[in-house]
Amino acid sequence: MADTVTLTINGQKVTVPAGTMVLEAAQQAGIDIPTFCHDPELSRPGACRICVVEIKGWRNLPPSCVTAVTDGMEVETESDAVVEARRTILELLLANHPEDCMTCQKFGDCRLADYAYRYGIRNTAFIGDKTDFPVDESSAVLYRDMNKCVLCGKCVRVCAEVVGRNVYDFTSRGFSTKVAPALDVGLGEIDESGCVSCGSCVAVCPVGAIVEKNMIGKARPWEVKKVKTTCPYCGCGCGFDLNVKAGKVIGVTSNPDSEVNGRHLCVKGRFGFDFIHSPDRLTSPLIKKDGDFVEVSWEEALRYTTSRLKEIKAQHGGDAMAVLSSARCTNEENYLMNKVARVAFGTNNIDHCARL
Amino acid sequence: MQLFRAHVLVCGGTGCVSSGSKKIQEAITDELVKQKLDKEVKVVETGCHGFCEMGPIVIVYPEGTFYCRVQVEDVSELVSEHLVKGRTVQRLLFKAPVTEEQVPSYRDIAFYAKQQRVALRNCGHIDPEHIQEYIARDGYEGLAKALTSMTPEQVVEEMKKSGLRGRGGGGFPTGLKWGFAAKSPGPKKYIICNADEGDPGAFMDRSVLEGDPHSVLEGMLIGAYAIGADEGYIYVRAEYPLAIKRLRVAIAQAEELGLLGDNIMGTGFSCRLNIKEGAGAFVCGEETALMASIEGSRGMPNPRPPFPAVKGLWAKPSNINNVETYANVPVIFLHGAEKFASVGTENSKGTKVFALTGKLRNTGLAEVPMGISLREIIFDIGGGIMDDKKFKAVQIGGPSGGCIPEQHLDTPVDYDSLIALGAMMGSGGLVVMDETSCMVDVARFFLNFTQKESCGKCTPCREGTKRMLEILQKICDGNGVPEDITTLERLGGVVKNTALCGLGQTAPNPILATLRYFRHEYEAHINDKKCPAGVCSALLEYKIVADNCKGCGACARVCPVGAITGEKKEPHEIDTSKCIKCGSCIEKCKFDAIVKG
Repeated sequence: MADTVTLTINGQKVTVPAGTMVLEAAQQAGIDIPTFCHDPELSRPGACRICVVEIKGWRNLPPSCVTAVTDGMEVETESDAVVEARRTILELLLANHPEDCMTCQKFGDCRLADYAYRYGIRNTAFIGDKTDFPVDESSAVLYRDMNKCVLCGKCVRVCAEVVGRNVYDFTSRGFSTKVAPALDVGLGEIDESGCVSCGSCVAVCPVGAIVEKNMIGKARPWEVKKVKTTCPYCGCGCGFDLNVKAGKVIGVTSNPDSEVNGRHLCVKGRFGFDFIHSPDRLTSPLIKKDGDFVEVSWEEALRYTTSRLKEIKAQHGGDAMAVLSSARCTNEENYLMNKVARVAFGTNNIDHCARL
Repeated sequence: MQLFRAHVLVCGGTGCVSSGSKKIQEAITDELVKQKLDKEVKVVETGCHGFCEMGPIVIVYPEGTFYCRVQVEDVSELVSEHLVKGRTVQRLLFKAPVTEEQVPSYRDIAFYAKQQRVALRNCGHIDPEHIQEYIARDGYEGLAKALTSMTPEQVVEEMKKSGLRGRGGGGFPTGLKWGFAAKSPGPKKYIICNADEGDPGAFMDRSVLEGDPHSVLEGMLIGAYAIGADEGYIYVRAEYPLAIKRLRVAIAQAEELGLLGDNIMGTGFSCRLNIKEGAGAFVCGEETALMASIEGSRGMPNPRPPFPAVKGLWAKPSNINNVETYANVPVIFLHGAEKFASVGTENSKGTKVFALTGKLRNTGLAEVPMGISLREIIFDIGGGIMDDKKFKAVQIGGPSGGCIPEQHLDTPVDYDSLIALGAMMGSGGLVVMDETSCMVDVARFFLNFTQKESCGKCTPCREGTKRMLEILQKICDGNGVPEDITTLERLGGVVKNTALCGLGQTAPNPILATLRYFRHEYEAHINDKKCPAGVCSALLEYKIVADNCKGCGACARVCPVGAITGEKKEPHEIDTSKCIKCGSCIEKCKFDAIVKG
């Protein structure tokens, strides 16, 4: 088999490695094909069918996400038949979707809305039943409204293939199909659901079916300034975007460009940011004077601490002191702390919270 | 070996068991003991004869006398008359429809006369729970021939030569499929039998498994040898308990005789076969969903490629065929591919089993040579339409198939001709409809089925079948609008073109085929608010024809809502605002005085 394959997409010649799928070949040529269920990090179910294309000589409209390129293949990504199929599929999805975009947390960042806009779907020809699943609010951090779900299955796959928790799967059949934890328990019933609240499902959901509870009603996507930062909780160094509105952090979202973790975070990184604006948070050094904590300058605080440590060492020796270092610090910071203990204090009494 | 002067074959297929054949068998056994004939006459429990409607069926050999609808009360007479005195019990013989002529012999019954039994060759003739009976009918000889005198490549070639195509629905050439799996590299491969028969009304695979399980095992073993598999699965629905039981018995007996398991027939070839019980999802008949289900996952189809021959069960190369396909295989090796291919048409070789149901005089299983016309199946084997009604259409291929009208009845039955007509061979379900069947209602019935059985994975099938069903329901309810037809056509086309698996891709067929041949019925529902067949109750009105009404009051007494009133011996009237159109009055009226329309 040749290492590369040359095909034509919308009349444009494209050369890609053999084994590439039509969807990716098109992306490389700068041609965008819509998709709900495809995700480069996950397995390929070929489920949503919105990415169908027309290939000369083929009987049906194959899904570009699971159709491998072949030499001389002639692909049309926006032919009349393709557009009709996409419009019909979008109409079908919209026919079973709540019309509450105005208050949807995903408003402005929703693929279903984007594609409806792109293909000009003002309304659907299919008026009938709509699913009426109860909303799952049991989780402390996630809000799941399965009535908005397009059943792309990305949450199922990210939980199984990346997180390894296998919390979700499809349940029921036909029109009643929905994604749910085992026995359809609430996500918040963590003993049964097995959910660790990492929120990877939020990061992949293309619509408003799973959203961060703490961000509901706080801001529209365009009002938010995304500030890339590194998680302070442990030494992994996960990157993510702080979502800042009017100088206030209202939430955390994945930043796919994060070198260490990609889109994946743990519950602390994604949801444990409420300390930032907590009134109990210490914002300056305090020294107890006459039984009360008094705010002091950093200079005074450090001077005071150094002199007390020196006194203790002089009176009782280095082993009178002990150091407990933190997993929130980087390797380098922990190394320095170790130097402080052994060289400056003169003690081997140093330990680390991750050993507990 | 003990010799018997006569054999009494009692059908032990699910159909006859349901109509009481177990009791008949016990009664015959007891009666033989009572009349001291138990050393001379042997009672054999067989598999299905295919003529379930006439069950319980009892056949007495050597004459081959066919007794039908035998009851326990008939047993003592049957034994005394037939087995003692040698006189046929006339009243229990099959009566030919229309002529009412009694047909004593099995072979002379029209239902069987035009059949050619290959896959069903042993069904009804042997005791499926005794491997010796299968062996006595040349069982496992085909396997022996393949294992001892042919290389796996030659086996594949022989299959290609036979022209056998998949009997499960798709009609893919079996030899070609085996060739792909044989070419896939790897030490571990699987041979799989799809016994997840799910089309409404279809029961040919069940009958083969119940009546002749060894033919399937033998076919699978020949396949395993050809592709290089040492393990196999039979995926059979849990709703077939008798089939599962007989398969287990068959596997145990074959293992005991060294025909299955390690070192089969001393040739060094080994293969184990397992049974996996399906949990009743129609979609698990789709091969990728079936394999997912064996693996313990939810039965949902996966995109192909990769095809099972490359990456199948547990990601190993696998070959998957249907029950009837495997049942045909031993015959190919016993008599040769050429003999097998001498039956059928240019591109569809051999025979096909159909499950005849609907408004036919004779219903049941019929195996016919490919190329036979639908007319022969329906009017000769099936005996024509019940109650002298007019034929309207035949639905072929189950929920994936289509309806074929009168003008195409002479089309030869083969894979390609049926597809050209907008139907498909499918697994062989054949539902005959007469003038009292509403084609919109029929389409609605099948869409209801596919919608419920859609796995929910791909959007067009999950959402599209739901909306098509809703539109059909709306039309049947009398709320259809002219645009509904174009919407159905558009939606049907998109679902057909974009759905993931065969279930979704063929789900619109019942609609598209009825729209093609019976568009006028849709239009009558939509434009005239009439159901020409008189089925859709929302579009019907019940009326009493005054001239025919004798005023007996039977209709008024049976009416559950008191909608019928009238003086005794005077024509009655129906208050249509009260009438719930249940039809009880029509059934009760002896004078044909009530009409609907």
